[in-house]
Amino acid sequence: MTLNQQRKFKTFLTGLFAWSVALVLFFPIFWMFITSFKTELQAISVPPALFFEPTLENYVEVQERSDYVKHALNSVITSFGSTILALIIAIPAAYSMAFFPGKRTKDILLWMLSTKMLPAVGVLMPIYLLSRDYGLLDTRAALVIIFTLMNLPIIVWMLFSYFKDLPKEILEAARMDGATPWDEIVKVVLPLSLGAISSTALLSIVLCWNEAFWSLNLTPSDAAPLTAMIASYSSPEGLFWAKLSAASTLACAPIVIFGWFCQKQLVQGLTFGAVK
Amino acid sequence: MKRSITRLLMAPSVILLLAWMIIPLSMTIYFSTIEFSLYNPDQNGFVGWENFEFFITDPAFMPAVANTLILLLSVLFITVVFGVMLSALIDKPFYGQGIVRVLLISPFFIMPTVNALIWKNMMMNPVYGIFAWISTSFGLEPIDWLSNHPLMSIIMMVSWQWLPFAILVFVTALQSQDTEQKEAAQMDGATGLHIFRYLTIPHLARPIAVVVMIETIFLLAVFAEILVSTNGGPGYDSTNLTYLIYNQALLQFDVGTASAGGLLAVVLANIVAFFLIRAVGKNLTV
Repeated sequence: MTLNQQRKFKTFLTGLFAWSVALVLFFPIFWMFITSFKTELQAISVPPALFFEPTLENYVEVQERSDYVKHALNSVITSFGSTILALIIAIPAAYSMAFFPGKRTKDILLWMLSTKMLPAVGVLMPIYLLSRDYGLLDTRAALVIIFTLMNLPIIVWMLFSYFKDLPKEILEAARMDGATPWDEIVKVVLPLSLGAISSTALLSIVLCWNEAFWSLNLTPSDAAPLTAMIASYSSPEGLFWAKLSAASTLACAPIVIFGWFCQKQLVQGLTFGAVK
Repeated sequence: MKRSITRLLMAPSVILLLAWMIIPLSMTIYFSTIEFSLYNPDQNGFVGWENFEFFITDPAFMPAVANTLILLLSVLFITVVFGVMLSALIDKPFYGQGIVRVLLISPFFIMPTVNALIWKNMMMNPVYGIFAWISTSFGLEPIDWLSNHPLMSIIMMVSWQWLPFAILVFVTALQSQDTEQKEAAQMDGATGLHIFRYLTIPHLARPIAVVVMIETIFLLAVFAEILVSTNGGPGYDSTNLTYLIYNQALLQFDVGTASAGGLLAVVLANIVAFFLIRAVGKNLTV
């Protein structure tokens, strides 16, 4: 083999290997998707059926059985609502820490991150009882508040690490022209960091959409987002994998497709800009 | 700009997070010292350490702590070791790289409840599952994963979710690795293994630190996978601390004991965080 051939062979092997790993890891999702178009009998056939006449029946039944649209709406409202709220609170803080760092800025940032180390279960009882006493059990408001606070440290961190890299000269120039802090944020910082803010928002939406501790414990029925709706399919009322798959596909598809488009930003975001 | 304005801008975030931390936590501390059951809410006298004693002497306590740590360490080990190896192997140009990336990251976006249901039913079911079919195709006895290896099943589900994250972070990091340095090493006769050991691994130190830190935050709190797939059983074989406290709180309505357990979970998280930050902290800079 010549050197060139050797190199080609190596590339081929790498590709083969990478594709196999990716397909193995993706297989459960593929299988869920395929199963959602089977009849219940085909879904549990041994050996597994690969060729069959697809049906959309399961999707219709999921909507009838558990009101998918209602729960999807809950997911959308809680994840988008809390993300917007958290951004409004976090942007000024990140701005002030990135552009006017004080002696304690680093400590404050680390402290914020440390609040994430507090396990949710440590405050389960108080939050449960407070929500009960204020009539917030099984409401979307409860989830919006909790998701906002839950993601606030991460959002502040991410925005901080982006803002920090903006050229300070531009801000100084704006200030020379008499811009107030409000002007600075709205007219200079925000337009310059639209990309950063949207990837922060994306990450927050993904985390809220898939959050399962608080949604399972606080919003069991009416305000239940998709994570909690799906859990109701775990009860052993017999084998109905096709319907389960259809419900799961519906619950995950929006956020998986969403994630495909922004996976690069997500890596940067989730690692606080430490990995670029 | 005046300090007062910068403080004002920071205030909402700081005050909200402070409140989010202090109010519920002090309530948990208070509840943990009184007798407080939702079945009998009027009776709530001071009981001192009794709730803690009750929680710690519960036969489920030691297994739950052990399971929490085993789950954390196994998933960290699997995702970091396989993540580094796989990302080093696929970090070269090949056909369809973009699609492979998209396929690889997908499990990370699957919600925990769906994750558990797919694995519990379609993969691990001892009669109709894919694993059972593979086993019987090779003439082997199918394994009843969830009944016989419950904790390992949970570890598999959670690793499936986090391995893609690790791979993606490492691949992203490897793309910024200095190729000239690698080529120079190759010229000097370094083998692939040497390059991996002395160039790639040190380059990945910081991403590994970040992955370990983020995963730890989420792994100590694994809950939905257990609730949906095994309910902590059989016995306490797959009960972790989070699940045990949930059980105490919302299934047995014992607020006092659940709060004591919650505080112990906080202490455990802090111990882990302490060792973790010491171990990986030097690779993390603000």
